[in-house]
Amino acid sequence: MAQQPKRDRYWDPYVAGALLGLLLFLTFLLTGHGLGSSGGVNRILVALEDLVVPRHVDTTPYLAGMAGGERNPLDHWIVWQVAGILAGGFVSGWLRGRVRLETRHGPQITPRTRWAMAFVGGILMGYGARLARGCTSGQALSGGAVLSAGSWAFMLAVFAGGYLLAWFVRRLWQPGGDG
Amino acid sequence: MAPFELSVELGQVGAWIIYILIGFGFGFILESAGFGDSRRLAAQFYWRDLTVLKVMFTAILVAAVLIFWATALGWLNYDDVWVNPTYLWPGIVGGLIMGLGFILGGFCPGTSLVGASTLKLDAIWFVAGITVGILGFGESVALFNDFWHSSHLGRLTLQDWLGLPAGVVIFGLVVFGILVLWVGDIVRRWIYGESGER
Repeated sequence: MAQQPKRDRYWDPYVAGALLGLLLFLTFLLTGHGLGSSGGVNRILVALEDLVVPRHVDTTPYLAGMAGGERNPLDHWIVWQVAGILAGGFVSGWLRGRVRLETRHGPQITPRTRWAMAFVGGILMGYGARLARGCTSGQALSGGAVLSAGSWAFMLAVFAGGYLLAWFVRRLWQPGGDG
Repeated sequence: MAPFELSVELGQVGAWIIYILIGFGFGFILESAGFGDSRRLAAQFYWRDLTVLKVMFTAILVAAVLIFWATALGWLNYDDVWVNPTYLWPGIVGGLIMGLGFILGGFCPGTSLVGASTLKLDAIWFVAGITVGILGFGESVALFNDFWHSSHLGRLTLQDWLGLPAGVVIFGLVVFGILVLWVGDIVRRWIYGESGER
């Protein structure tokens, strides 16, 4: 096989997984909890809402729990951790020449279709993650490692949902040909 | 004994720095594994590329084993570790919705942040979608608050649920994980041939 360009080379999945497991363990050891993503996006969003419509935030129980009255939704570990994710992703991509304004999409669809699908998928993901009290990071990865029964049920549900729909939307992702 | 109260041990700024470093490692590893690329993530659902399963399972099992050992050695107090409380049905329904979002959108929240950090436009659209979904949840949760708090089983671990020692459960999960990945790779080669994407 021809030598792949650097930007197409990724770590071996088992090496990446082992390092991620080690990081997850150290996080639990240091802080008593695991990693998270969607919760950080949530808090940044609520902070913006609190700037624009503070009264609405104070009167909506779910939002008030994070930002009611004098509470600052950004004063939470997950916000700093999410900032770190962005920095870490950027540096890793930059070192390998992968920081480029581009759209990754299946060959059978246009970038525009890909953006629309990404937007719709994101809405479902954001909504579902709040309903499930965590996303792939906070529930599946972190809850899975400390053997939370609910997190394992959640993880199976995520994969079930994905496999359930995958066949019907295969045109989005399949290489050209069999559609 | 761990875990520590970071803001007490290191002060507020020290705790923030630790969290930024943890996040940095998280983002760096996800990007290095190729999780900034939606096609690679979606390929999992067609069994064409098992990177998602391999990375996730390996990470969960390595962390579980280390947490179990650290607890057995008395370094870590498992009772003080945050175990996601089980709200069974909201978790399952939320998970199903997320699965649909995953295959349509090609990311999960963490990986979309990584994709966005390397300027993938589809990831940026996905993050925009997440914010809309989160906003929608905040505005609508009052309509089904009872369901959102239903089937609350508290700090329920697999070992409590099965009535087995934690070591046995972890050993079982490791065997299960190795089997799934080993058989999974055979099936993948059978479907797509040796030359299929890794």
